[in-house]
Amino acid sequence: MSLLEAPGTQPAVEAADLATEALDLGYDGTRVVHALDLRLPPGRVTAIVGPNGCGKSTLLGALARVHGPQGGAVLLDGRDLATLRPRDAARRIGLLPQQADAPDGLTIRDLVRYGRHPHQGLLRQWSPEDAAAVHRALTAADLLELADRPLDTLSGGQRQRAWIAMVVAQETAVVLLDEPTSALDLGHQLEVLDLVHDLAAQGRTVVLVLHDLSTACRHADHLVAMCEGRVVAEGPPADVVTPGLVRELYGVESVVLRDPTSGTPVVCPVRRVGTR
Amino acid sequence: MDDRLALRARSRRETAQGTPAPPRRLARGLAWGTAALAATVLASLLFGAGEVGPGRALAVLAGVGDDDARFAVLQLRVPRTVVAVAVGTALGVAGAVLQTAARNPLAEPGLLGVSAGASFAVVLVIASGAGAAALGPWVAVLGAGAGCLLALGAARLRGTGDDPVRLVLAGAALSALLGAATSIVLLLDQRTADEVRFWTVGSVAGRDLGTLSQVGPVLAAGLAIALLAARPLSALALGDTVAQGLGHRPARARGLAMAAVALLVGGSVAAAGPIAFVGLVVPFLARALVGPDLRRVLAVAVLLGPAVVLAADVASRLLVRPYEMPLGVVTALIGAPVLVAVVRSTRMPSL
Repeated sequence: MSLLEAPGTQPAVEAADLATEALDLGYDGTRVVHALDLRLPPGRVTAIVGPNGCGKSTLLGALARVHGPQGGAVLLDGRDLATLRPRDAARRIGLLPQQADAPDGLTIRDLVRYGRHPHQGLLRQWSPEDAAAVHRALTAADLLELADRPLDTLSGGQRQRAWIAMVVAQETAVVLLDEPTSALDLGHQLEVLDLVHDLAAQGRTVVLVLHDLSTACRHADHLVAMCEGRVVAEGPPADVVTPGLVRELYGVESVVLRDPTSGTPVVCPVRRVGTR
Repeated sequence: MDDRLALRARSRRETAQGTPAPPRRLARGLAWGTAALAATVLASLLFGAGEVGPGRALAVLAGVGDDDARFAVLQLRVPRTVVAVAVGTALGVAGAVLQTAARNPLAEPGLLGVSAGASFAVVLVIASGAGAAALGPWVAVLGAGAGCLLALGAARLRGTGDDPVRLVLAGAALSALLGAATSIVLLLDQRTADEVRFWTVGSVAGRDLGTLSQVGPVLAAGLAIALLAARPLSALALGDTVAQGLGHRPARARGLAMAAVALLVGGSVAAAGPIAFVGLVVPFLARALVGPDLRRVLAVAVLLGPAVVLAADVASRLLVRPYEMPLGVVTALIGAPVLVAVVRSTRMPSL
C-alpha cells in the first residue's frame, strides 16, 4: 500500500529547487568534483550515474550539506546552503548514505523516529506531529506491521525500506539516496524503487546515485552522467544514453536497446574497449 | 565459522520473537531498575561488616533502635549509601555515553584509562604538596579529561577504530602506564602513599556528606550535559554521515560527550577513587532491558548504576567480615566476567 492509496495522510511537501554553481569538492588537496553546474528538476527523480570514484557520492554529500565545498556553492531555492544551520538544512534535505549501519537490536520504529531529529530541539521534544510523521513514513514504506521488529531480523529489502522510511519521516522537500538498491536482488530493488516513485509523486525532488545504467534509465526522469568529477551528459535518459556515452563512462562497447514495456534505454554490454 | 553464523542467525530469530514493543520494554526496564535500586538501598542500610546486624538496623529505621545501631545506620551507612548512589549514577551514565560516543560496547572509563588519568592527576597533585582534604574535584576532572582524550585519540589511530577489542587494548596499555606512574609516585613519597593508599583502590566507606557537597555540583553538571547531548549522541549510533544528514554536528556531540564523561568520572574518582567496570556492566544490563537507544539506556542507567555500586558495596562489607574488601576490588570481581562474556559472545553488540 502506498501513500497515494491512502488519501488524507499525504504530507504537504513544498517543492525545492536544488542546484550547484561552479561547485568544487574534494578532500585535503585532492579535487574530486570540478566546477560543477547542475540543476535538479523539482519534483522529479534524478539519477546520478558514472564509474566508481567519479565523485557521485561526494556530490550527494555536498548536496546534503554534509561536507562543504572547496569552491562554488550549493543553492537551495537560490540560497547558499552553507549559510543554513545544519538543522535547518536537514528540515529541507534528507540524506541516506551508502551502507548505513544501525546498532544491533534497534527496531524499525526506533530507526524511523530518528528522522524527526531535525524537527526537535531542547524545547520541542517528541510531539503528536512527530508521531503522525513516523506513522505516515511507516505506511509509505509498507512497514507498519513490522515496525517493532529489530532491523537485524529483516530481509535486505525491508531493511533498506526502513532506512528510507527514516528519511521519509524527515519530511524534506529533497531526498538524496546513495545507491539504495545495491546489494539487493531484483524483487527487493523494485520494492525500493516503487517507494522512490511514490516520494516523487508527492512532489519531492529525489536524487539517486545508481550503479546500473539500465535501472537508472527505467526509474529516473532525469539522468546525470559523471566522469572524473565532471558532468559529461545530462537530460532525459532516452536522449542521453547512447553507445558513445557508455564507452566514455565505462570504456565498454555496448548495444543500446529500447525496453519493450517502458520504452526506456537498456544497455547491453559487448566488450571492454579503450584505455580504461 | 559456519556454526557460529548459524548461532548468530538463531539468536537473531529469538530476539525477534522475544522482544516486546518499545514502550513496554522501557516500562519493564524502569520497573526492574527501581526494584533493584530499592532493594540495594535497603540492603546497604541493613548490612554492615560490624556488630549492627539487619535486625538492629531495621529497628533504627522503625525509629526504636539502640544508640550504637543508630550511630552505625544514620552516621555511617546513610552517608555511605548516598555517596554510592551518586557515584553509581555518574559511572553508569558515563559508561553509556562513552560507549555511544566511541561506538564501542567495551568502552568503559575504568578500562580506557579515564579513571587512571583522574587518579594519576590526584596523586601527582597530592605528592606536590597539596593535602588530600583541601583538594577539590577539579584535578580529578582534568585528569579524567586528559585520559579520555588520550584513549579516544589512540582509538582514532589507523585500524583501531573498527575493532572494539583493540580500543580496549589501547586503553589497557594507557591504564597500565598511568597505574605504573602512580605507583612510582607513591613509592617515592611515603606521605602521599599513606594519604591515598585506600583511595586508589576505590571505596565509598567513610565518606561523609561533605564529600558530596564538593563533588555533587560536578556530577550534576556532567549529568546535565549528558542528558542535553543525548539526542545528538544517540544519532551518532547511526554513523557520522547519517547524523549529519539529520542536522547534528558529530564533532560537537563528541566534545559534549567527552566533557560529560570527564566531569562524571573525575567527580566520582574524587569522591570514591577509581571504581572499574561499573561503566561496562550498567549499560550492558540497560541495553539488555530496553534496547540500544541511548536515551532509554540513560533512563534505566540512572537506576541501575546506583544499584550495581550499592550491591558491590554491600558485598564488600560481607565477603570478608569483620573486615571490608575495597569496593573497587568487588566491582572488578563482578565486572571482569561480564567483560569476558561480552568479548566472547558470538554477537558482540555493534553500536
